[in-house]
Amino acid sequence: MWSGRRVFILAAIGSAVGLGNIWRFPYVAYENGGGAFIIPYLVALLTAGIPLLFLDYAIGHRFRGSPPLAMRRLHPKAEAIGWWQVGICFVIAVYYAVIIAWAGMYFIFSFTTAWGEDAAGFFTGEFLQVSDQVNLGFDFVPSVLIPLILVWGVVIAILAMGVQKGIARSSIVFMPLLLIMFLILVVQALFLEGAWTGLDAFFTPDWTRLGDSSIWVAAYGQIFFSLSVAFGIMITYSSYLRRKTDLTGSGFVVGFANSGFELLAGIGVFAALGFMAASSGVGVDEVAVSGIGLAFIAFPTIIAQAPAGVLLGVLFFGSLVFAGLTSLISIVEVIIAAVQDKLGWLRVKAALVVGIPMALISILLFPTTTGLNLLDVTDAFVNSFGIVAVALVAVVAMSAGFSALPRLREHINATSSVKLGRNWQIFIGGVTPVVLGYILIDTLTTRISEGYGGLPTWFVGVFGWGMVIALVLIAYLLSKIPWSHRSAAYEKNVHEPILDAELDANKSATDKTKGSETGLPETAASGSVAGERKNP
Amino acid sequence: MSASAIVMMIVALLAVWGGLGLALLNLKRHPEAIDDEEADAVLRDGASVTPVR
Repeated sequence: MWSGRRVFILAAIGSAVGLGNIWRFPYVAYENGGGAFIIPYLVALLTAGIPLLFLDYAIGHRFRGSPPLAMRRLHPKAEAIGWWQVGICFVIAVYYAVIIAWAGMYFIFSFTTAWGEDAAGFFTGEFLQVSDQVNLGFDFVPSVLIPLILVWGVVIAILAMGVQKGIARSSIVFMPLLLIMFLILVVQALFLEGAWTGLDAFFTPDWTRLGDSSIWVAAYGQIFFSLSVAFGIMITYSSYLRRKTDLTGSGFVVGFANSGFELLAGIGVFAALGFMAASSGVGVDEVAVSGIGLAFIAFPTIIAQAPAGVLLGVLFFGSLVFAGLTSLISIVEVIIAAVQDKLGWLRVKAALVVGIPMALISILLFPTTTGLNLLDVTDAFVNSFGIVAVALVAVVAMSAGFSALPRLREHINATSSVKLGRNWQIFIGGVTPVVLGYILIDTLTTRISEGYGGLPTWFVGVFGWGMVIALVLIAYLLSKIPWSHRSAAYEKNVHEPILDAELDANKSATDKTKGSETGLPETAASGSVAGERKNP
Repeated sequence: MSASAIVMMIVALLAVWGGLGLALLNLKRHPEAIDDEEADAVLRDGASVTPVR
């Protein structure tokens, strides 16, 4: 359990602020209308991002468990959705750790600007030693293998220490450190020559683009991927909150802090790109990139040329490491919590039994000469067809399927400072399914017709399509395994499932007249945790 | 920087950081409540207990 909401908020921001905030947002905003992007972005934050965050909070806080347990308690048929989310976390964690390992090495490389004049050649050549063959190989690259082992060691150690002593304490250290490092980085970037040209390119609004549906889709996509909603993290984190926690009050802080960091990243990254454009005498449009290209090719180039480049490099890669670590911890926590709930294990045992095999899979598959393509495919597919698909299924199940939204809204409103109106149900049941459905179908048609990144069909078939389909099948099978009597499923201190919204509402009305026979009022905020349920 | 870029930078910063400021203010105005069993323990023994999941 968290000791209070403050550490929860810090840990939740730590989870939301990840690599995507630093390397994805700046380019997405720049490509989609520049300054004009702020309008669809804010609309998406308020109509989908924060409402989805509240949905996760409501499920986790009311049903007090990792995704499989919380979903099972919500409705017996929903457990598979929870396992699907756990599977997605598993896949993301095994490759996400590798990027943190790269960033860790680049942190060290920054001191000597080891990449020299040719950052692109150094990254794929000397550093990753990328093979010409696209397949699954076991030709290890020690300079990635060693930092990767360290990353897993740190993550497993923190998670074994538990929620408060491990996750919360690490967030208390890492988050302020990340913010200070990043602020210094942004200030330094603003003093580089050409910085303001970069910012000009970033913020100049292209209002004509507002009529274009693609920038709205991009805004919803950015908000959705950036907030780490709908794949179980926030369900797990909010299950460790006190029953009387102000959920919406905390959620608004997390949502806006995540966006605040992103905007700061946009300023820092484009100030630096402005310098890069100025020093090579080209336009900002020619140097603007995102993702791995931005972090491991463009930034090293900037670091090599900028005055006090070493400081810039240390701050940039240090920020990537800390932003990535806090996110990775939250992703792995979902899997550990799920196993702990299902098998009734103690924390340390669950952390080791889950963490070590995951680390081995990650270490076996990715720090190799063929790891880059594998990382690329799994990342693209688990995001487009894992997270988006499970989010769509979850919102449809919560709204049309189990009619759970009125109950969850009531739960949130019972303890929260900002009360949710019916709008929230409209955003979750109406806006998000349409947007997620559109994004899913759009990427599906593109991938089917064009394949992925020119990679061989068998490779994309196995590690892309095969992987995302396997996640669904495995989730279904895991949901069929009975829960042991020692497991958390047999604890008696949670709310009744939402089997039928109308029946539940009537029952709630009778309960109020009879007094609380279930030991828990139908709304949230009961303190009777230790008490057994008094069944009539 | 062009005037429109400066305006949009200020608008974006105000909206996002302003939103964060308001959210923090709201949270400050609603102090954290402890659960009933913790409050009971404080009344009984004068010491709080750790919250339970």
